[in-house]
Amino acid sequence: MSLISVKSLTRVFDVSKPWLNRVIERRPKALLTAVSEVDFEVAERSTYALVGESGSGKSTIGRMLVGLLKPTSGNVEINGVDLASESDAAKIDLIRSDIQMIFQDPFASLNPRWRVRDIIVEPVVARGGDATGLAEKLLEQVGLSALDAGKFPHEFSGGQRQRICIARALSSEPKLIVCDEPTSALDVSVQAQVLNLMSDLKDNFGLTYVLISHDLTVVQHMADRIGVLYLGRLVEEASPEDLFADTKHPYTKMLLEAAPRMDGFGREAELPEGEIPDPINPPSGCAFHPRCPIARDICKAERPVMRPLGNTRVACHLAE
Amino acid sequence: MTDMPIKDAPQKVVEQSRLRVFLDSDVFYMFKKSPVAVISTIIFASLVLSALFAPLIAPTNPFDPASLNLMNGFTGPMTPNAFTGESFFLGTDDQGRDVFSTILYGMRVSLFVGVAAVLLAMVIGITLGLISGYVGGWTETIIMRTADVQLTFPSILVAMLIFGVAKGITPVEYRDQMAIWVLILAIGLSDWVQFARVVRGATMVEKRKEYVEAARLIGRTPYAIMLRHILPNVLSPVLVIATISLALAIIAEATLSFLGVGAPATQPSLGTLIRIGQGFLFSGEWWILLFPAVTLLTLALSVNLLGDWLRDALNPRLR
Repeated sequence: MSLISVKSLTRVFDVSKPWLNRVIERRPKALLTAVSEVDFEVAERSTYALVGESGSGKSTIGRMLVGLLKPTSGNVEINGVDLASESDAAKIDLIRSDIQMIFQDPFASLNPRWRVRDIIVEPVVARGGDATGLAEKLLEQVGLSALDAGKFPHEFSGGQRQRICIARALSSEPKLIVCDEPTSALDVSVQAQVLNLMSDLKDNFGLTYVLISHDLTVVQHMADRIGVLYLGRLVEEASPEDLFADTKHPYTKMLLEAAPRMDGFGREAELPEGEIPDPINPPSGCAFHPRCPIARDICKAERPVMRPLGNTRVACHLAE
Repeated sequence: MTDMPIKDAPQKVVEQSRLRVFLDSDVFYMFKKSPVAVISTIIFASLVLSALFAPLIAPTNPFDPASLNLMNGFTGPMTPNAFTGESFFLGTDDQGRDVFSTILYGMRVSLFVGVAAVLLAMVIGITLGLISGYVGGWTETIIMRTADVQLTFPSILVAMLIFGVAKGITPVEYRDQMAIWVLILAIGLSDWVQFARVVRGATMVEKRKEYVEAARLIGRTPYAIMLRHILPNVLSPVLVIATISLALAIIAEATLSFLGVGAPATQPSLGTLIRIGQGFLFSGEWWILLFPAVTLLTLALSVNLLGDWLRDALNPRLR
C-alpha cells in the first residue's frame, strides 16, 4: 500500500513586484510555476528519491509533502489524509506526528538558544507528550552520547548536528521522513556515515523516506525508486537499476552523462547544453525541447504525459 | 542504588549553571579587558545604588517641609550659612533644601522614569516588531508605515504631544500624582520605533531559518514560534538598543521636565532641578544648577558608553 500519493501537484509562486510598482510600470503579474502536474506514489517502508538540477522544484515538492506549503492545485495524501484540505483537527494532529523532515543546513536547523535535549523532544512536548529520557535514548541511537543532551548546538560539528536533526525527526515516531538534501552541506567522509545511519534507522524504525538530492551516487545507493524532475515536471520515474542501465528520457541521459565518474578520467564528458529555462516563461510543449538533442515538432506543440514503459514511467513523446 | 549517583554525576558536570556560562563567555572576557566598560559600569552602578538608597544616604529629606529652614536658603557649597551656621556639602537652593539630597531623590525619579519608559518601549516595540516581521503582508505595512510616520517627528515633540493629551484627560486633582506615569507613557510611546525596526529585521532573518520550519511542521502555533523560537534569537540587538535608549530616555525626561511639562515640583527629577537652578544662574548661585546638571551628564554618559561597548562586544564583525 502506498503511504504517499501525490496527484497532479502544482505550485505557483507570485513573484511580481509590489502592487504600486506594477501599476506605475504597467507590468502584469509574474507567476512562477515551481511544480507542475506532478504525480507519484511512495510505497510504505521504501525510499523515494527526487533528483533534478537546482530550480527543478524538488525542495518545493518536499515542503508541500510535509505541509509547510499549500499546493496551488492537486493534492498530497499521506495515509489518505490531505493536510491542505483536511478540516478535522484531530486527524491533522495525528498525521503531523507521522511526518518529519531533515533539512539541508544543519547549522540553521537547530535553534542556537535551545539545549539539544529540548530541541530533540520538542515534537513530543509540543503535543503534550511525556519525554523523560527520550532525548538521551535517541542521541545514543544516532551515535552520539547521552551526555550531549545538556549541550548547545554550537558545540557540535556539522555531521553531529545532522545526527541531532535525525534524532529530533525520530522523536515523534514518524512513519515518513522527508530529507531535503541531508548530506549536501557535509564533508564526503561524514556524508557516508550519515547515509549509513539513515539506512540503519529505516530498517529499525520501519521508516519511509522521501530523499531530495542532486547527487546521483547518493540516490543510486539509497533509493528504491527515483523520480527525475525538470522545471517542476516529473520526466522519468524508475528503479535505480532501470534508470542507470536503461535510461529512457533524453534529460536523464544528459544528467547521467554529466555526472562525474570514477572510471571517467580522460573521457570526453558531454556537457549539458544550455541552462534550465525560465520557469516564469516555460517553453511550450515539452519543457526540455530547447535543450533536447532529438526534439521533433511534436515536442514543441504538445506536452508529453507520463506513460508507463516497462517498469519505468516516462514523459517523452519519443522514448521507447 | 549505588549506581545511581555515578550515573547522575557527569550530567551535572555537563550542564553548567547560567552564571558559570556567563563568566566563561566571550562577552564577559571582553568586558574585563575594556577599561571604559568597567569604569562606566562602576559609575553607573554607584549612581543607581545611591539613588536606590537615597533615604539612607541623604542628610535631609528635601521634600519634608518640616525639616526645611528658609533661613538656610542660598547657602554655598561647603560654606557655613551666615544666619544659622549650618554647612551643606553641595549648598542649598532658594528654599533651603540641601542640593545633595535633592539630587539623590531627583535621580530616583529620573532613573525610574527612564527605566520604565524603556521597558514600555521595549514591550511595544518587540511585540509589534515580532508580529510585523513574522506575519508580513498588510499587518507589516500598517505597523511599519506608522513607525515611519512617527519617525518624521522629533521624539521629544511626540512625547510632548502625548504628555499634553494625557494630561488634558486626567482630572485636575490627580495631575500631580499621575504626572510621572504620564511621563513614562509619553517617552515610552515615542521610543518604540527603533525596537520595532530592529526586531522586525532580525525576525525576518530568523523566520527563514530551518529551525523555524521544523517547528512549523510539527504544528507549533505562530504565537509559540515567535515567543519560544524567534524571540530568544533576536534579543541581543535589543539589549544594545535598550541600553542606549535608557540614556536617551533619561535625557528626554530631563528635557521635558526642564521645559516644565514633566515631573512636578513636588516630585522633582534631575530635569526639574536644572530648571529650578537655571533661574538663579545669573544671580550667582551657580551650584543649584551645576550639580544636578553634572549628575545628569555623568549618568547619561556612563549608560551611553556602556551601550556603545555592548554594541561592539555583541557584533561579531568588529572582533
